[in-house]
Amino acid sequence: MKKRLLALFMSAAMACSLAACGGTGAAAPADGADASEASSTDAGASAGGSGALTGTLKVGMIGPLTGAAALYGNAVTNGTQIAVDEINAISGDFKMEYQPEDDEHDAEKSVNAYNKLKDWNVQAIVGCVTTTPCVAVAAEANNDRVFMLTPSASATSVTEQGDDIFQLCFSDPNQGSASAQYIKDNGLGSKIAIIYNNSDVYSTGIYQTFSTKAAEVGLEVVSTTTFTDDTANDFSVQLTDAQKAGADLIFLPIYYTPASLILQQADAMGYKVPMFGVDGMDGILGLEGFDTKLAEGVMLLTPFSADAKDEKTVNFVKKYQDSFKEVPIQFAADGYDCPYAIYEALKFYAAKNGGLDVTDKSNEDICKILVSVFSDPSFSVDGITGEGMTWTANGEVNKAPKAVVIKDGVYVGL
Amino acid sequence: MLSYLINGISLGSVYAIIALGYTMVYGIAKMLNFAHGDVIMIGGYMAFCSTSYLGWPAIPSVLFSIIVCTMLGIVIERLAYKPLRDASSLAVLITAIGVSYFLQNAALLIWSSNPKAFPNMVDLPNLVVGDIQISSVAIVTIIACIVIMIALTMFTTKTKLGKAMRAVSEDKGAAQLMGINVNATISMTFAIGSGLAAIAGVLLCSAYPTLMPTTGAMPGIKAFTAAVFGGIGSIPGAMLGGILLGIIEIFAKAYISTQLSDAIVFAVLIIVLIVKPTGLLGKKMAEKV
Repeated sequence: MKKRLLALFMSAAMACSLAACGGTGAAAPADGADASEASSTDAGASAGGSGALTGTLKVGMIGPLTGAAALYGNAVTNGTQIAVDEINAISGDFKMEYQPEDDEHDAEKSVNAYNKLKDWNVQAIVGCVTTTPCVAVAAEANNDRVFMLTPSASATSVTEQGDDIFQLCFSDPNQGSASAQYIKDNGLGSKIAIIYNNSDVYSTGIYQTFSTKAAEVGLEVVSTTTFTDDTANDFSVQLTDAQKAGADLIFLPIYYTPASLILQQADAMGYKVPMFGVDGMDGILGLEGFDTKLAEGVMLLTPFSADAKDEKTVNFVKKYQDSFKEVPIQFAADGYDCPYAIYEALKFYAAKNGGLDVTDKSNEDICKILVSVFSDPSFSVDGITGEGMTWTANGEVNKAPKAVVIKDGVYVGL
Repeated sequence: MLSYLINGISLGSVYAIIALGYTMVYGIAKMLNFAHGDVIMIGGYMAFCSTSYLGWPAIPSVLFSIIVCTMLGIVIERLAYKPLRDASSLAVLITAIGVSYFLQNAALLIWSSNPKAFPNMVDLPNLVVGDIQISSVAIVTIIACIVIMIALTMFTTKTKLGKAMRAVSEDKGAAQLMGINVNATISMTFAIGSGLAAIAGVLLCSAYPTLMPTTGAMPGIKAFTAAVFGGIGSIPGAMLGGILLGIIEIFAKAYISTQLSDAIVFAVLIIVLIVKPTGLLGKKMAEKV
């Protein structure tokens, strides 16, 4: 018992030291926000009457900058900061003030962070980063009419909180239908086997929409087998079933740990078949000791790949690496696209309504404008996580899914 | 059908080899060592570290893992179970669960919760019979299982130490009167049980190569089920129980439902225990009142 207490104490100590790291990371973007504030004090005075967008918009961000999910929160705020700086450099008389707040991936702390932003007179929020806090904050934001665009909270329960909550990432179920569409459009397979985790909401949700969409577009699902967290060991039956059914592609809406076992066991059986995963598969190459040769040819649906060759991605990855000394993950890219989506939406409105000065607009006004633009089917944004993103009125994003394939141990755009 | 049978036997042989460790300790010390599954996990990590970090070849790292686990078994027995030798069996059982959690959390601190992919220790070609592939790991596991079962049976029936163990299991007090060092004998049992756990760990992780601090937990419970199924305390029973459990699990998955396989496995256990409470090969023992 003493040793378990010791273990607990040590893990608490580790959590604290991690928290300290997150703290210093958060300080840098705050400085950046001050700088943009200083440079924007005399802007906004010239309200344009010719479709110009002017004024200063206060954008807040909520996410876990410390704690267990700090990796995600810091990636988002780093990406968002880069985007805000870029927008301020190119947008003439329009400026964004940016303020990130830490929620430690805790719903209650997230609402506190939101109240802090409200006191700062926030006009739009990029956040929250994680789903559970996002649901709590979204309910408050809907009451107060504050526009929220979440970079990464992918559950449908987030957008169900109100008409002013929008997602930049695919919602969980949409990943399923997007995968089916992608497989069909690119002729990756016609007889599909599915192995999913039926003790997991994420996996089950994607499976259901995938099979509905597959039936719609004419993909034949020849084998559907399941496992649970407790039986995620032996996949011989599932693989044999897929093999016997003559599947030419296996769809794996699961996380990368069981997926690595499936790859290894398929290899041991001598069963060679293409596999297709979703964003939970991201990370398989980072699994310690995993023989990346096994993952050769595995495809996965992910909104962002850092090695894509288009100009925007190359520019973003370079800036990110220069500033933060690491390769940006998907969350950073999601964070990067959010301010741009808000900026483009305001420009869209300004162009249609003979100009817009955002400086003294209340959060209710900004919310009304942004909701009307985001719900407008003719409004679209090109970002690094998707070309031609549009939104439905209930807040879900439509974008062309991107897929990557693993070649020689790295992700390559498909 | 045949390929499912082979899959079942290879899964079952992993359960069997774990069950041998359970049944060994139970048969002699009359206690359920719930930390057995976690010693398996430690064995897996030891083999992982020695091959991946130190670059050792397979055989030395397996031996290293056996030595570490044997010592770990002796230490656990000395610190956690020996002071409770005269306590009720319930107290020992709870302590064993405590040890299990301690080992899991210690592994969490040392190796973190990130899963690690275990290197294949059995680098042999697969056996191909017709159009069925039998993985080399499964063959090695089955052979290891049979060898260990025979060796253990010989050991407990033929050697002096083995006879001492059986004497201790029948009556501690009488054994002590006959000049047997009861404490040393029980420690020896734990040492052997933990050494077996190391082998089981290496084979389990070679067959299903993801290593996490909870790797040993679920196979540990299944293997315990197998040991009870075959008749706990009986060495051939553990082997039979393990292999049958593996076959039932795979057939349930293949022919009934992948969702219900665990429910079916445990339902079979309940039925067997209702019909034959001591398990398939369990000895009938007169209840001492």
